[in-house]
Amino acid sequence: MELFTNQVLAGIATGAIYACMALAVVMIYQAIDQLNFAQGEMAMFSTFLAWQMIQWGVPFWGAFALTLVISFAGGVMIERLLFKPLANAPILTHVAGFIALFAILNSVAGLTWDFTIKQFPSPFGSAPFLGSQLISTHQAGMIAVTLVLLLALYFFFQFTRIGLAMRAAAAQPESARLVGINTSWMVALGWGMASAIGAIAGMMIAPVVFLEPNMMGGVLIYGFAAAVLGGLSSPFGAVIGGFLVGIFENLAGTYIPGVGNELKLPIALALIITVLVVKPNGLFGRSVVKRV
Amino acid sequence: MSALQDSVTRAPAVAAVPKGNIALGYLTSTMVVILLFAVPLFAKNFVIFQMTIWLIYAIAILALNILTGGSGQFSLGQSAFYALGAYTSAILMEHFGVNYVLTLPVAGALCFAFGFLFGLPALRLSGIYLALATFALATAMPQILKLGVFEHWTGGVQGLVVTKPDAPFGLPISQDVWLYYFTLVISIVIYVFAVNLLKSRTGRAMMAIRDNEIAASAMGVNVSLYKTLAFGISAGTTGVAGGLGAIAVQFVAPDGYTIQLAIALFLGMVVGGVGWLPGSLVGSAFIVFVPNLAEEVSKGLSGAVFGAILIVVIFLVPHGSRQVAYKIQDIVRKIRK
Amino acid sequence: MSALLTVTDLRAYYGQVQALHGLQFEMKEGSMTTLLGANGAGKTTTLRAICAMVRSTGSIQFAGTPLLGRSTEAIVKLGIAHVPQGRGTFTSMTVEENLQLGAITRKDKEIASDIERMYAHFPVLKQRHTQQAGTLSGGEQQMLAVARALMLRPRLMLLDEPSFGLAPLVVRDLFRILGKINREDKVSILVVEQNAQLALELADHAYVIETGRIVMSGTATDIASNEDIRKSYLGY
Repeated sequence: MELFTNQVLAGIATGAIYACMALAVVMIYQAIDQLNFAQGEMAMFSTFLAWQMIQWGVPFWGAFALTLVISFAGGVMIERLLFKPLANAPILTHVAGFIALFAILNSVAGLTWDFTIKQFPSPFGSAPFLGSQLISTHQAGMIAVTLVLLLALYFFFQFTRIGLAMRAAAAQPESARLVGINTSWMVALGWGMASAIGAIAGMMIAPVVFLEPNMMGGVLIYGFAAAVLGGLSSPFGAVIGGFLVGIFENLAGTYIPGVGNELKLPIALALIITVLVVKPNGLFGRSVVKRV
Repeated sequence: MSALQDSVTRAPAVAAVPKGNIALGYLTSTMVVILLFAVPLFAKNFVIFQMTIWLIYAIAILALNILTGGSGQFSLGQSAFYALGAYTSAILMEHFGVNYVLTLPVAGALCFAFGFLFGLPALRLSGIYLALATFALATAMPQILKLGVFEHWTGGVQGLVVTKPDAPFGLPISQDVWLYYFTLVISIVIYVFAVNLLKSRTGRAMMAIRDNEIAASAMGVNVSLYKTLAFGISAGTTGVAGGLGAIAVQFVAPDGYTIQLAIALFLGMVVGGVGWLPGSLVGSAFIVFVPNLAEEVSKGLSGAVFGAILIVVIFLVPHGSRQVAYKIQDIVRKIRK
Repeated sequence: MSALLTVTDLRAYYGQVQALHGLQFEMKEGSMTTLLGANGAGKTTTLRAICAMVRSTGSIQFAGTPLLGRSTEAIVKLGIAHVPQGRGTFTSMTVEENLQLGAITRKDKEIASDIERMYAHFPVLKQRHTQQAGTLSGGEQQMLAVARALMLRPRLMLLDEPSFGLAPLVVRDLFRILGKINREDKVSILVVEQNAQLALELADHAYVIETGRIVMSGTATDIASNEDIRKSYLGY
């Protein structure tokens, strides 16, 4: 039983990583109705920017704030330059665009900062949290940051007019224009916010997985899985999904014989798919009424 | 029509391709085939080998096109079917001494069955959810192939070496040239099959599902059957490509069939033009040759160069090479007038 | 009263196909005007052209401001609310959120009280204010669409086939409310209808469109009482 509790706890700690990333995934999904396959690389790139600033002597929180601003602007710019011109192209062409962006960011980061792993400082330290060997203060801090972010997003989407406008623009663009919403800018705004949230995720994750150009590959997949499990339309679901995926993964690794590190991912995904087969809109997703 | 508009809020993921336009005309097709048959007379062995790989990937992209362009389902798991086909051929040849030609139908049939079965739970999923499910399959496959239980058959991480076949009947051509012709003939057979499939009753049913699933089911199309069938056919075709790939490369190993392969096939389909079958050749050329080109331009930034080329391509022709073909067709028509 | 909307030589195109051929009409401030005509005559296209949702040339003046060349959202901000065919409901959002979206461009503090006013006009919406809008019946969705448009506090409301697909009783009710809104809230209404009889009962002015041109105009009573027009164009 103690093994079980410990593994659940460890699962929650890793789950915080996924939850953080899943929030960024939900953000972009709200804005463009798609999953951005380059999101992990964008987050990685932002984290490198923060690392570079810290190397230059900027204090952590200063670098953190600056990175958010730059990431937001970068996200908006990527949308304006790359995806706005493709607005009328088929969705699958957009996906190809994400893959292109992925390749470019990964390659440029690799050339600029090379592929050796780097330490990224944690603002919360890495002592055991409340005497527990399973959760460090950094992981506790990361969970707190995720929850604060979640609250902020919830508030933004439910209670601000711009949040409402963004949701409307994503759900029914033509109707949104007819009530006077500039849908094109809403999409750009969504990219900016997703990019900034991704940057937070990256900076929280980097102390755990170490900084290198490929650090987000696995994390993004878990982030997708978490977001999908929670229901792509719900930030709350995304965070719960993140923790659940973390727990799934740890328990599967512990209790199913023959599951090494390698098979953890497929098993976690298989479990999620099983959930989706039963609940196609995810655990907390709103079902959409469909007619001909 | 207006009453329908409010609920059809989202455009279908795959733009409809007019039915008459999924293939090339007879004249163009014949010219392409003659050209393909003539190439070995002029090219070196290494180039011929690359062209064989090009044809094999074209078959795999064609298979994805049947699934996505035909029935509107999206798969990032094609590498898993490709791997299954490759291992089936390799194991049959190396452990059971089966003739390589005979391993292909087995690979195809096995993958068909596997794809059909996979299509059953996938029925409940669409769009992004299906992408995730197939993605899971693609990430799982290399790990499964490495499992100790199968190591006796699969060779584990090391993989299996496959013997390259000689030209039969004492034909005076090299192994590479023979394999090229062998692949070419199979490609043509599969292409003709695919064109006829999409033009048939089955193809029409699939495309009806692609364009509007609910309307299709209201018209009496058995949605579940055709969706799973599309999965099966696509997987089976990919399996044949995988088997051919194993024979051509003479080697199978788990890390040859990662998600990257599935992504490459997907890019090939987009660049070729979703739903336009001849585009598979163009898309395949893109994924086989452009990475080499990018590597030559800059070793350190090859990824960025590849990405930049891809962006330029989708900016110029968001609908892939199909768009170019239609444009040429238009111009030719105007000139004739 | 001066002209609120002046349309001159309006031509609209769907790709290569021309749908309007030099349309010409005007509408007075505070009036309720109806565009009548058969299916495919160009009524919907006219409304879409006013809101820049179709490529068009010519001139559209709204209270002295030219509309052509502006984006849809800019035109909405001038005070033109468009209830499209199919109603444009935000199906995944609640009824109340739909109403808030109607006022999304407003900056004043009276939005909440306006929502209450809409609930007074359409009590059924109040009952369902937390419900997902996609689950409403056709009639309720049409009321929601009208209420959402009014939340803009428009000077001009464009209504495209409000009676489409609704039960006759529901239609009566809806038109009664529209008349009230027109009189009490001083909202000018341009309504496109296939149900000519009903539209003429309510409107003060009418235009008849045929294949993209205005072929007849007059006061609603004149048009309604002219048997020739009624028989040849309006089909009742």
